Amino acid sequence: MDNASILSVRNLRTYFTLDEGTLKAVDGVDFDIPPRKTLGMIGESGCGKSVTAYSIMRTVLPPGKLVAGTIDFQRANGELTDLATLDPFGATIRAIRGKEIAMIFQEPIASLSPVHTIGEQMMEMVLLHRTKNKREAKEIVLDMLAKVGLPNPTQHFGEYPHQLSGGMCQRCMIAQALTCHPSVLIADEPTTALDVTVQAQIIELIRSLQDEFGMAVLYITHDLGVIAEVADAVAVMYLGRIVEYAATRTIFKRPLHPYTQRLLKAIPTLTTPAGGRLENIKGNVPVPLDPPAACGFYSRCLLAQDGLCNTSVPPLVEVEPGHKVRCFLVPAGEGVS
Amino acid sequence: MSNSGPQSSILLEVEHLKKYFPIEKGLLKTVVGQIKAVDDVSFVIHRNETLGLVGESGSGKTTLGRSIIRAIEPTAGKVMFYPKDGAPIDVRTLDKRGLKVFWRSAQLVFQNPYSSLDPRKTVLQIVSEPLILHNIAHGDELVARVKHLMNLVGLEVQHMNRYPHAFSGGQRQRIGIARALALNPELIIADEPVSALDVSIQAQILNLLQDLRRELNLSFLFISHGLNVIKHVSHRVAVMYVGQLIEMAPAGELFANPRHPYTEALLSAVPKPDPDLRMQRITLQGEVASPANPPSGCYFHPRCRYAQARCQSESPAWQEIAPAHFVACHRAHELELLGIPVGG
Repeated sequence: MDNASILSVRNLRTYFTLDEGTLKAVDGVDFDIPPRKTLGMIGESGCGKSVTAYSIMRTVLPPGKLVAGTIDFQRANGELTDLATLDPFGATIRAIRGKEIAMIFQEPIASLSPVHTIGEQMMEMVLLHRTKNKREAKEIVLDMLAKVGLPNPTQHFGEYPHQLSGGMCQRCMIAQALTCHPSVLIADEPTTALDVTVQAQIIELIRSLQDEFGMAVLYITHDLGVIAEVADAVAVMYLGRIVEYAATRTIFKRPLHPYTQRLLKAIPTLTTPAGGRLENIKGNVPVPLDPPAACGFYSRCLLAQDGLCNTSVPPLVEVEPGHKVRCFLVPAGEGVS
Repeated sequence: MSNSGPQSSILLEVEHLKKYFPIEKGLLKTVVGQIKAVDDVSFVIHRNETLGLVGESGSGKTTLGRSIIRAIEPTAGKVMFYPKDGAPIDVRTLDKRGLKVFWRSAQLVFQNPYSSLDPRKTVLQIVSEPLILHNIAHGDELVARVKHLMNLVGLEVQHMNRYPHAFSGGQRQRIGIARALALNPELIIADEPVSALDVSIQAQILNLLQDLRRELNLSFLFISHGLNVIKHVSHRVAVMYVGQLIEMAPAGELFANPRHPYTEALLSAVPKPDPDLRMQRITLQGEVASPANPPSGCYFHPRCRYAQARCQSESPAWQEIAPAHFVACHRAHELELLGIPVGG
């Protein structure tokens, strides 16, 4: 384990046992997050981003199962705990979940309880982890709601989620996640359902709170623009594995994995001159159901070589300091560009 | 895309279009107010042109798109459609039969390819339905046309008898596009056609729509909240805020040289996929105004950092500030707004 990291994940594997076979949603993922830093995790739907997050929180439900790997977490009391070995219903993980590692979800309205007021559901967390005094808890909640920029917190405290807009619900959820000052925040597509102007507000908010509380953030999204704004380092996921891992600038300026390269070319941007065709990626993301021993991107890769890419899974190789790539073709030569 | 679309001929002309939804209260459904979802919108779409329509959720984009072809009945205004052959059509005055004929020329493509296709119908049935309803083809000819349409949008013909669940999101959107093309329309209103798709699939569909526009000489009203997508596909772009258009210009011009503070803020809010471009962002405060109870004067003034006393009382006029560049802002002439450097 890297001593500087607050969260260190090694060889994480989460499989879903289905009638059709074993779905390897997360298949050997490694990463570290130092305090105050943001790791961006990008990938298309179905590549295992969210399951990685749920695995860390130990909230993967059957038929899903965390089958291998270590999740070393530096606790606030100085202990180093391997979350992967904990009982998912035990006291230790319940003390950590929500308090030391918090999570915000994609659909703010769907993730809040529709039958409890904003105040009630936020108080629950505070009463569980911070204080038993209801009046004090209410003060903490109101203070936090004000901090995340919710207009008129006292009024919204007694309202239900359906009375609030999407952006306001997302702020409430962020406030809820942050009331216990977690050392790690997992943000799973926190702005995908929101408009760009609200998204900008939420990104600014997470960043300022990160400065204030020193949280490490795992920021999961499929929006490359957001990643460029928020992340210090980026892990590109494809089919349950990290295929490229580097500092943000490197990923955008010198991507080496064919998937990352194609992905960057596939998005229309505001700065590139308009017109012409977008370079798309042929086909669809396959389902990792009993995946063959081959590079996950083999079926869609333009550079794939038979007899090499479809015979075994390429390892994640550090091709230059801090830049890891999972591709047979990259270390060999400069042919990939 | 270059901005050299043929500007000579107009396909669609929308004048002062309004759609108000009544707010009803109580058992007797007394009307207590109006939601001005579309409030006095005017624009034209030229032949073989893509007009992009952007705005935040709730700004009335979808309602506008549907009001144009009377998928929902507009409250007031005029919509003229000039087909390639035949007399101009005044869409608002059409009776039921006339409307059905008009709908051959103007079709919708929907946002969510998972809910806009009937799960109990095969691709053949879905794509052939408009042909049968409009009594255009039967029997072998019908199948032949469906095959042709499937080829056109890049679907495998042998999958004709499969149901929508057997297809991925991108393929389903292709089915929706094939259905829209079945009647040889001249205008397609595409309502967030790629928003529900993954980025690698988005590119496929955007390319397809552009190819189809060129090959079939189509015009598009392309509705999206994604500014990067809009910029990529549109010749001209209109920006909507609380039911009104606040700016409209050729795409390159609008992005490089916005003249409305809202457009400026929208552009600065879009995250750029380039870590070197972390530019100073203008964060808009507050929420989009409610179309049921809009602010006085300029609807944008409570969130505008350039607002003056006049903006609170007077609503700004729609003016042509530069050739083909329209804006509704009192201070459009004096403000120096920041756009996006093109080609950087």
